[in-house]
Amino acid sequence: MKISEHWLRELVDPALSTAELADLLTFGGIEVEAIEAAAPPFDRVVVAEVLSVEKHPQADRLNVCQVNAGTAPLTIVCGAPNVHAGMRVPAALVGAKLPGIEIKLAKVRGVESQGMLCSARELGLSEEASGLLELAPDATIGQAVRDLLDLDDQVLTTKPTPNRGDCLSLLGMAREVAALSGAKLKWQTPAAVTSSITDVMAIQLDAPADCPHYSARIIRGVNAAAVTPQWMARRLQRSGIRCISAVVDVTNYVLLEMGQPLHAFDAAKLSGGIHVRRARAGETLALLNDTTLSLTPAHLVIADAKQALALAGIMGGEASGVTVNTRDVVLESAFFTPDVIAGKTRALGFGSDSAYRFERGVDFSGARAAQERATQLILQICGGQAGPVAEAQGTLPTRDKVQLRLARATRVLGFQIDAQTAVSILERLGCQPRLAGDVITAVPPSYRFDMAIEEDLIEELARIHGYNRIPVALPAAHTALLPVAENHRGPAAVRRQLASLDFQEAVTYSFVERSWEEDFCANPEPIALANPIASQMSVMRSSLIGGLVNAVVFNTSHRQPRVRLFEVGRCFLNQAGYPQPWRVGAIAFGDAEPQQWASGARPIDFFDLKADLEALLAPLKAEFVPLPHPALHPGKSAAVLLDGNAVGWIGELHPRWQRKYDLPSAPVLFEVELDALEHRELPVYQEISRFPAVRRDMAAEFDENIRYGDISSELKRSGPGILRDVTVFDLYRGQGVQKGKKSLAFSVLLQDTHKTLTDAEAEKAMVELRRILQEKFNAKLR
Amino acid sequence: MQELDKLVAEATALFAGITDADALEQAKARYLGKAGALTELLKGLGKLSAEERPAAGARINVAKQKLEEALNAQRELIAGRALEVRLAEESVDVTLPGRGRSSGGLHPVSRTMERIEQLFRSVGFEVADGPEIETDFYNFTALNQPENHPARSMHDTFYLADGKHLLRTHTSPIQIRYMEQHQPPIRIIAPGRVYRVDSDATHSPMFHQVEGLWIDEQISFAHLKGVLIDFFRRFFENDSLKVRFRPSFFPFTEPSAEIDMSFGDGWLEVGGCGMVHPSVLRNVGIDSERYQGFAFGLGPDRLTMLRYGVNDLRLFYENDLRFLKQFV
Repeated sequence: MKISEHWLRELVDPALSTAELADLLTFGGIEVEAIEAAAPPFDRVVVAEVLSVEKHPQADRLNVCQVNAGTAPLTIVCGAPNVHAGMRVPAALVGAKLPGIEIKLAKVRGVESQGMLCSARELGLSEEASGLLELAPDATIGQAVRDLLDLDDQVLTTKPTPNRGDCLSLLGMAREVAALSGAKLKWQTPAAVTSSITDVMAIQLDAPADCPHYSARIIRGVNAAAVTPQWMARRLQRSGIRCISAVVDVTNYVLLEMGQPLHAFDAAKLSGGIHVRRARAGETLALLNDTTLSLTPAHLVIADAKQALALAGIMGGEASGVTVNTRDVVLESAFFTPDVIAGKTRALGFGSDSAYRFERGVDFSGARAAQERATQLILQICGGQAGPVAEAQGTLPTRDKVQLRLARATRVLGFQIDAQTAVSILERLGCQPRLAGDVITAVPPSYRFDMAIEEDLIEELARIHGYNRIPVALPAAHTALLPVAENHRGPAAVRRQLASLDFQEAVTYSFVERSWEEDFCANPEPIALANPIASQMSVMRSSLIGGLVNAVVFNTSHRQPRVRLFEVGRCFLNQAGYPQPWRVGAIAFGDAEPQQWASGARPIDFFDLKADLEALLAPLKAEFVPLPHPALHPGKSAAVLLDGNAVGWIGELHPRWQRKYDLPSAPVLFEVELDALEHRELPVYQEISRFPAVRRDMAAEFDENIRYGDISSELKRSGPGILRDVTVFDLYRGQGVQKGKKSLAFSVLLQDTHKTLTDAEAEKAMVELRRILQEKFNAKLR
Repeated sequence: MQELDKLVAEATALFAGITDADALEQAKARYLGKAGALTELLKGLGKLSAEERPAAGARINVAKQKLEEALNAQRELIAGRALEVRLAEESVDVTLPGRGRSSGGLHPVSRTMERIEQLFRSVGFEVADGPEIETDFYNFTALNQPENHPARSMHDTFYLADGKHLLRTHTSPIQIRYMEQHQPPIRIIAPGRVYRVDSDATHSPMFHQVEGLWIDEQISFAHLKGVLIDFFRRFFENDSLKVRFRPSFFPFTEPSAEIDMSFGDGWLEVGGCGMVHPSVLRNVGIDSERYQGFAFGLGPDRLTMLRYGVNDLRLFYENDLRFLKQFV
């Protein structure tokens, strides 16, 4: 909310500078976001009357004016189209410094000009440059324009938190300043206006729970076309509210001043009395903001005998509003409960100053005073005759007594606040505190909607006392150590290992393009957002692939030849209860190794990344089983199994996606469940054999479709007991090997646990292994 | 005997002139081989009388020893020179870079979150986690924000198309989930991604938060100040860092505060905190008369920017290697 400092100081005037006042509020919990001068600095600009206007002898568009600025008449050359004799305007005297220029005695086309007549723009008051700024005809000649227009004012932009609806008015802010500073509040409750006519508005409260108080008054014979006084227009403008017409301006002014939203109806457009009721299904209402609503019983309306007139507490209707032709006004001042307004504007898609206040809570005992205040101002500005106030009342909210135990306050805040200080703070806040023993009983004021329990009062004590005066303490030490599970590593350890495996961590968005889910996951029904921020962020990812591929695309477009990224994050599955597993994904693109002198460049392939994944899984040993995946090359993709359970996949990006996403070569990537990487069994010591191991090699030719994994597991399963390990050390195709075949060479480790192996025993084992290769895999031994 | 001295002198001179290992062994044969000069002399001992023999034998042995010493010295010399030559040939250009391997690094925000976790772990906080697709109940209602509460407008929420779920707008739901499962004393830190409908130079629709919670019998607002001031000073490794607390409003804490940190000549907002609201404790079945404590939420993205001098939040989510590589 923007407020004029001068206006605020009319209500409370602590001995503080503007900056100190702003700090007082900010550290009292009402943040002052900005302080802006009402006008840029300038001086020697005074009220002047234009005495005469004559055409400039040398220039068609210029006039030579005689001007009375309170001293001897001045001759000033002026080019403004609206200049005319008799008007009062700002005159910048010789020596005046305006924003951007200094006024000097100067000849304009041969005529000496002793100053300059100013537009609002030249004074930095507005962007408009339609002509001279016309001042009030009764403005005192010679008076400084800064004083006349109150330009030394500052505008404070405050940001009250949602619980402090009471601070959305000058009166509320003044109360706050008074409580925080101890300065006196200078507000007088407006006196009742004596009625001069007897017309009374009939009010029927059909929804007393939604509107526990409704008041209306008829004011007849107003001049709705009257001009809003300058002082009021200025304050409205400084609060960012546009002037509309005198009656509306008065309602807005009282809204700002007292925080009570008001509404004025044109009495001629009403038929019968006022009904406050829930809307009927099918009713429509054209509002002041040019929207037409289809109403439902969720809406509270102000209606006459025939139809809905206004959306209660939110906005008036187009048909019943006051215009400059209005003669008779019905002025509404009411209390609508926060519950009936809250959430409505979000559903409507528009808000209003009125709704903003009602949903946060308006002083439920303040409607009558605001009614009187607005009536006074309307009579003063527009004339007319006021009738008596008609009021209808349901059950208003109450303010229950709240008990504050000082011991509790001490325990929560961590320091002892003495009883007298506490009582004095609550007094300043209007809570009528009563101290009995260690307990203060307080009654929150009707304008506070955030004080109902003990903690609310403790907060007030802390706030008014000052957070920065609360001592700083560290809790007593706890000596027990935290448990550290050795068979579990957290995501941080996984991240660090991936980093040491030459992957850079990425953070990609959890919401992705729908097409990524289709392309990479064949997922036609990802979890969709109702209100995505952009269409390319409209569904939740079910895999990390899309984001990683996209990050590679981004980097290749910035000429990075080699990209290795990983991400640890949640994926979101469109299943009952929305499982959100943590996953680890990695992608590698470009050369296997960074460019270097020591060996030739080689593009990364499946087995490079598989080695990374195996290192990440160690000491667990995964099984890799061919498995088609929508994102991957069908011949270069595998499921990753731990103890027979699929925990992820690995493979090369399908050439189709490589082309579609415009990548110069295919990246390889994997994704595994974080859970699977976190668990690591404690090592268990195995006796080291005292007898030497024997290493033998063997090689054989196999059909291409025979898999190494099957051979190795078969040898281990049915080979001799002394077989400790078998590993492949060569894979060969080409000369000497039949087409459609491949040659594999194995290194075999043999060892007995009880004795040293003899050559004969080792040879016997090798014969057995070769026999398995021949019989089970149709191998041709080499 | 002069003959013997002459022989030794001659052989020593000969050995010293030889630079090749094979030639040296051949020269050795001329003196010490089967038909070598010294061997011949030894053979001749038999012709001497029994009285003369020991003395003559001793002299010849001395001469033989001298020859062997000279020979060994020359052998070492030759081997030493050969080693020098080999070492010179084998030397490499040590300024060439190491053989192709490089290492990656953590995302800067991960660095920060890890650091935050470490600091709080050191005083006994455990790490907790929770879902990112949340229900209205955990994100708002249980945190004292019933439907239509104006405070909900502080968070522009992403809703799922199912109309029932949302993307959590803060990490505070983790508080609720944790307290539902655990009784005090509770000390947790909960880092994670959060989401709000907001995107510009200083806002990302997805960003990070770290939630902290300490509930026990005597944990007060003074402790909240103490722990957080301590944290910021340790995090930035700056004991003179100033931290201040401004009254604010969060529905789930009371009193509530915004946390500002001194930065340059001014202040920057770096988090929110407060004493856990008794209704929140009651909602999860914790006795709010017996237990109390504080909660706080920090913005790791903002802390990362301050720590490393990053000036644009969007860099965190572009995954530009030229940026990420700076945090290896």
